[in-house]
This record gives sequence, structure tokens and C-alpha cells, in this order.
Amino acid sequence: MENRYELNKNLAQMLKGGVIMDVTTPEQARIAQEAGACAVMALERIPADIRAAGGVSRMSDPAMIKGIQEAVSIPVMAKCRIGHFVEAQLLEAIEIDYIDESEVLSPADDKYHIDKTKFKVPFVCGAKDLGEALRRINEGASMIRTKGEPGTGDVVQAVRHMRMMQSEIRRLVSMREDELFDAAKLLQVPYDLVKYVHDNGKLPVVNFAAGGVATPADAALMMQLGAEGVFVGSGIFKSGNPAKRAAAIVKAVTNYTDAKLIAQLSENLGEAMVGINEQEIELLMAERGK
Amino acid sequence: MTIAVLAVQGDFAEHEAMLESLGAEVFEIRELSDLDRPFDGLVLPGGESTVQGKLLRELGLFEPIRERIMSGTPVFGTCAGLILLAKRLSNDDNVYFDALPVTVRRNAYGRQLGSFYAEEEFKGIGKIPMTFIRAPYIESAAEDVDILAQVDGNIVAARRGNVLGISFHPEVDGDTSVHRYFLDMVEGK
Repeated sequence: MENRYELNKNLAQMLKGGVIMDVTTPEQARIAQEAGACAVMALERIPADIRAAGGVSRMSDPAMIKGIQEAVSIPVMAKCRIGHFVEAQLLEAIEIDYIDESEVLSPADDKYHIDKTKFKVPFVCGAKDLGEALRRINEGASMIRTKGEPGTGDVVQAVRHMRMMQSEIRRLVSMREDELFDAAKLLQVPYDLVKYVHDNGKLPVVNFAAGGVATPADAALMMQLGAEGVFVGSGIFKSGNPAKRAAAIVKAVTNYTDAKLIAQLSENLGEAMVGINEQEIELLMAERGK
Repeated sequence: MTIAVLAVQGDFAEHEAMLESLGAEVFEIRELSDLDRPFDGLVLPGGESTVQGKLLRELGLFEPIRERIMSGTPVFGTCAGLILLAKRLSNDDNVYFDALPVTVRRNAYGRQLGSFYAEEEFKGIGKIPMTFIRAPYIESAAEDVDILAQVDGNIVAARRGNVLGISFHPEVDGDTSVHRYFLDMVEGK
């Protein structure tokens, strides 16, 4: 199983510097692949629509996910509810490339996350801070993303979560070795993970940004803050010209420090998704699953 | 010795760390102006070949890099990099650099559940670790291509002249021997 975990962490390595896009139909999946997505997230409704519709949100119809698997050659991810290990078993049964145990869906368990060490397929999980990230890794996640606040088109929370993680990482790096034991206690995570971060200055798995990314500048902002790649959910297919916006975000992630290029990429993209400000949100998805 | 690493998408950082540990000077190619710097060898990392191929073209990198490869600059592609180097893909209409006369099957082992680890012989090196991630393999190769490694009867490493293509990921295994092999190629050994 140890070997499988390494292979799963390695797949995340291959996604680095890339953009993972939410898609709801095979047609959208093809547009995303054509625009340069390094993977797609297959789901019935994008987060903005989940937010608008309300009610319980669950794993997508396997037939719909299979349709997307057949439409593209890049990796296909899908979401299951936090703690819903049977939904995860179903996704594994249809040979999904990555499972997102996601706060975007309604949690199925308010205490336990899925024991991801029991699965052969890899998992990505959301985190707001270093403690959450390391707890998910301890449970077997082989990739981490910020939670951000999905479906809002507002990047503020992804920024907050990425800054928090990076700042806590820097703090661990600067500690004396004998201080790490107490740090592990305060973070509520195992000592060996704290030691890894102290020694390496980064998480033991790849760390992407997610939640509220809507423009090429948003994506580049997250990369400059230390993300290794970006998830874009509602931001693409809720905008005026999805194909053009998607391709622009892909290039902005590759050349995230080239302001001249990103300025060009940002020209005439059409309307961005309208978005909801932080103060206007009724449901904070990021508070699900700690 | 200076090695340029294509860094438009994928696991370029792992290649860079590996090459630096062997004493090479390394820089990244992300846009056209990066090609102004001279380099002795080029690495095409793992990642998604569709993304890398598209970015190469749209960032204007494709032709200048192809010219460098065709004029003899040593190049080393892993996984997606092998796909970019191949003459033909058996299950995809795209062709990229067409620098290695082989036919490659994309995602030849299926989805992530088909990813695996093996230890096999690499010609001139010996037994080495090999990590295959949604990997391609070489279905057939022209006669003048040197077959360097096979796993379960499928070709996973091949070279012709200045072009080295490998379907697994030596950059993630902590074993530097394949990178050493490439640096020897660059030095003309």
C-alpha cells in the first residue's frame, strides 16, 4: 500500500503547474481539455449552482462521470461527500483517477473523514490551514488544495488559506527541533509530519489553490503565494467566454510572474462570473470538515 | 554544463533537483525569451502532453525548440516528454516534435489504478527503479533506434542519436543513474 501511496503522490506531481477545471458535461470536458486543463473535475453541478440550488448535494451520477471519462484523455477527478466512504468506493469502482473528498458537497459525517489509506485511488482534500492539511495527509490524502470558498468567484478565502498554510510552514521551519513536539500537539497532528515540514519547508504532498479563482490574475496571485497549481470551478463555465478564459488562466499559471503577458491574456475575456462577496455568503462551505 | 528544462507544466522541479544534484547548471524555459540563454541539453518533463503541446505552440516555443532538437541538441523526455518526441501516437492524432522514430501508445496502462512501480534492466546501467504514472509505452521503433529498457515485453526507454525518450519517471525515484546517462550523452561520452 505504501507503494500505491507513492504512485498517487506522483500523479499529483505530474499535475503541477496546471489547471484543473470543473466540468458538468462531456462537451465542457472537451472544451477544458482543448483549452489546456491538466485534469477535469466531473460533477453534476458546479459549486455556484450547488450554492444557488441549496439542499443536500451528493456524489454525481456514475453514468455522467463515465461520459466525461470517455470524452477526454487527461485525468478525470470526481467528488464524494466528506466521510462518505461508500461514495468513494463507487468512484474507485469506476476507476476515477482522483477523488476529491469535498466540502462543496454536503458532509456525510460530521466527525470522521474517510480513511483514505484503505483505497488504491488517490485523494485530494481541502484545507484552511496547516493543521487541517496535515490531518488529511495523515488520513491518506496524496494532494492538498486550499478550501477557499467555492462557487463565490471571490478569491479572498483561498488567499487567506494559502497565506495561513505558508506562514505556518515558515514558522515550523524556523523552530528549534525540541519545539516541534509542542507544535505537533498544538496543530493536532503527528510529530513525523511536523518534522517533515520543518526539514523540507513544504507539505509532503502537492498543494494546489482552489475556491473562488475567476480570472487569470486570480490564478497568478495564488501561484505567487505558493500554490503549485490551480483548481478553477465555477469561474470558467459561469463566465461569458469559457474557452478563452480557460486558455488564458492556463497560460497565466505557467507564466505567473510575467505581468505583461497576464495583462495581454486578460484583455477582452468577456464577463467574469458575477460572484458573491464574503459578507453576502449564507453558507460557508470551508467550515465543513476540520 | 547547462541544461534547460521545459517548465510550462508538469514535474519539471523534480528534474531540476536531480540535475543540480549531479552538478549541472539548470534553468527553466517558460517563454520565448528564455531561449536566449545558451544550453547544452534539454529536458522535457512528465506532465500532461496535451497541455504541454498546446502551451509550446501558443507561447511560440514549439518551432525554435524543434529546430534545436533537429540540429542535434541532446534532449531527454520522460512520459509526456516521450509523447512530445515521438514520430507517431497510436491512439491520438497529435504529433509534436517527431524527433524519435517510434510509435507511442498514450495512457497505455489505463487510468491511475494501472500506474505501477517496477525494477528492470536499463541497458548500460543495470537494474533501476521505474515509476509509471498513467504512462505511455513504445509499441514499435525504427531499426536504427536503440532499445534501452523493456517491461513485460513493452519498450519503455529508447534512444536514437541525440534523442532519449523514456516512459517512466526517473526524476521521482531518487536514483540519478538515468540523468547521469543523459549528462554523459550531453558531454558526448
